Amino acid sequence: MRLALWGMYHRRINEREIFMMGVMCRLSRCFFVALLLLTLTSLPARAVDEFIEINPFLKKIPLAIPDFKPLSQGAPTEETSQKSAQLLAETLLFTGYFKLLDKGAYLEEPRESGITAASINFRNWTVIGAELLVTGGIRRSAEAVEMELRLFDTFKGQSVLGKRYRGRLQDTRRMVRKFASEVIFFLTGNRGFFNSEIAFVSTGTGNKEIYIAEFDGRNPAQFTRTRNITLSPAWSPDGKWLAYTAYPKNRPFLYVKHRRHKRGYEIGNKGLNITPAWVPMTAMPTSLEDMRFAATLSFTGDQEIYLLTGKGKIIKRLTKSWGSDVSPTWAPDGKKFAFVSNRSGNPQVYIKNLDSGRVDRLTFKGRYNTQPSWSPKGDKLAYAGMEGGRNDIFVIGFNGRPPVQLTHDTGGNESPSWSPDGSMIAFSSTREGRSRIYVMTAFGTDQRRLLTLPGEQTNPQWSPNKHLN
Amino acid sequence: MQRKLWTVLALLVLVPGLMLMTSCAQQSAVDQDTTQKTTPPADTSGTTDSGADLQADAAQRAAEQAMNQFLNEHIYYSFDSAQLSAMAQATLKRKAAWLQANADATVAIEGHCDERGTNEYNLALGERRAESARAYLVDLGISASRLSTISYGEERPLDARSTEEAWAKNRRGQFKLR
Repeated sequence: MRLALWGMYHRRINEREIFMMGVMCRLSRCFFVALLLLTLTSLPARAVDEFIEINPFLKKIPLAIPDFKPLSQGAPTEETSQKSAQLLAETLLFTGYFKLLDKGAYLEEPRESGITAASINFRNWTVIGAELLVTGGIRRSAEAVEMELRLFDTFKGQSVLGKRYRGRLQDTRRMVRKFASEVIFFLTGNRGFFNSEIAFVSTGTGNKEIYIAEFDGRNPAQFTRTRNITLSPAWSPDGKWLAYTAYPKNRPFLYVKHRRHKRGYEIGNKGLNITPAWVPMTAMPTSLEDMRFAATLSFTGDQEIYLLTGKGKIIKRLTKSWGSDVSPTWAPDGKKFAFVSNRSGNPQVYIKNLDSGRVDRLTFKGRYNTQPSWSPKGDKLAYAGMEGGRNDIFVIGFNGRPPVQLTHDTGGNESPSWSPDGSMIAFSSTREGRSRIYVMTAFGTDQRRLLTLPGEQTNPQWSPNKHLN
Repeated sequence: MQRKLWTVLALLVLVPGLMLMTSCAQQSAVDQDTTQKTTPPADTSGTTDSGADLQADAAQRAAEQAMNQFLNEHIYYSFDSAQLSAMAQATLKRKAAWLQANADATVAIEGHCDERGTNEYNLALGERRAESARAYLVDLGISASRLSTISYGEERPLDARSTEEAWAKNRRGQFKLR
């Protein structure tokens, strides 16, 4: 399978077209154009079915990332080289796709011998088991950084990806992540999630407030200051707005707030205003009015799911059943949604098809299945299922096969949320005592804590992956 | 356990009281002077030990006690249920009696859950709990307009421990004066 994949992309690529120049500009528009050119010229057209899903449960790809080569003199270049190589390794390893080979085993030092295909003896890499090799060169002035990064297939002895980035010193991390995204795109055909964020709830201030961190847990920052209960963050499809539930007026109201400007809208119907879930969009929305979300409202005296405009105006009711209907989550096509209902006597996950109006029960195992999250790939749904008073994360398909349990005997595990490419799941767990945010691959491997903050962290929600950044 | 509850309640009364005092103390001297002037001098009538006053005092104490009971006696639910047990119904009958005796009181019924469920579903469950208590009181003749409901889901536990005892205490309907 893998060999077939290797062969397939090699036939299509020749040495001439793989090394393209990408220029990072000060102005994002300029960068956009440069990137567009770069995308048009350097990425060979490939059908999606040529990619395989990398299953880290079965095999991780052995990867070598030797030290980057300083292309200018001085300690600052040396420092940037080291940091960039380390960040690239961390970023790629985050996916769970790779196994990083120990530097002690390397037989060759590209920073001495050279970072281009001509100067690499690929046998030195295949013999230690590396299938992929990344080399880098860094040139640095006081304020600017230039880096050239290459990905090699060691068995073919060929460069398969080459990029040069130039930008401000503070753009270093973006450049590294950009290249990491190229590597993931090359292997999987998907843009990945290296430009996404994770929103979550933290009790650090003594109240539940929403925080936002980069996908890898870096730079967490408080987003809301309601000084009360704040719950259920939900990202709009363009990543610019967050909907959430808060109690600033001592009632559960919904808020839609801009990610940067913090302006927004309040939805305060009588009763509950909870569990927002944005409808996915195929075309990039231009404004809040273009977007829709579903939420549970109970102003009629019954808890039902409604469709609302981005600003909170009710469009129509989506469910009709006495009792609780909460926690909607949309299929990527926006034509179906899953939700939690207690219509059978206890909470179970149901699917409503908007075209046919049909409602089907999805979960049958256990008596308490909540917090459904539809995979962005569309083929699976993650949820929290309770057994013996504790929740665990399960994944279920739509083919009638039983659910797969991803967390076992490790405290309570709740609130699964898929990465925008569907390759990973963020969740909360009490496995180390206090509730923290964790991530794992979609196959349940590589479970690890994302970050540690004062208080407890719950309710992670992975943002869309912003393009071209 | 009972004693602990009372201690908590005493603190609940005392702490805001103290805070009020300190915030008053922070006010300007002018404010304090005017307050003193407008307050009628205490105990000048010389009738403090009359029988009528003692009776009034006792009545007031009884009223306070009744109100405290109304506010501190919660109704309890079983896991993932909003149904009223026989005990919960008996408690609600006492609450109805108090509400009938205090016709100007309007109350908020809070629905709470234990931590085992998940937040979102518990917000819904908490509302169903509060609504079932409200419906029962309306059936007993209390005007619906005097009763509002609010769900706190699992967000405001009385007992933060993860034990059966704590969970049972936290699955409650709690009454607050509005």
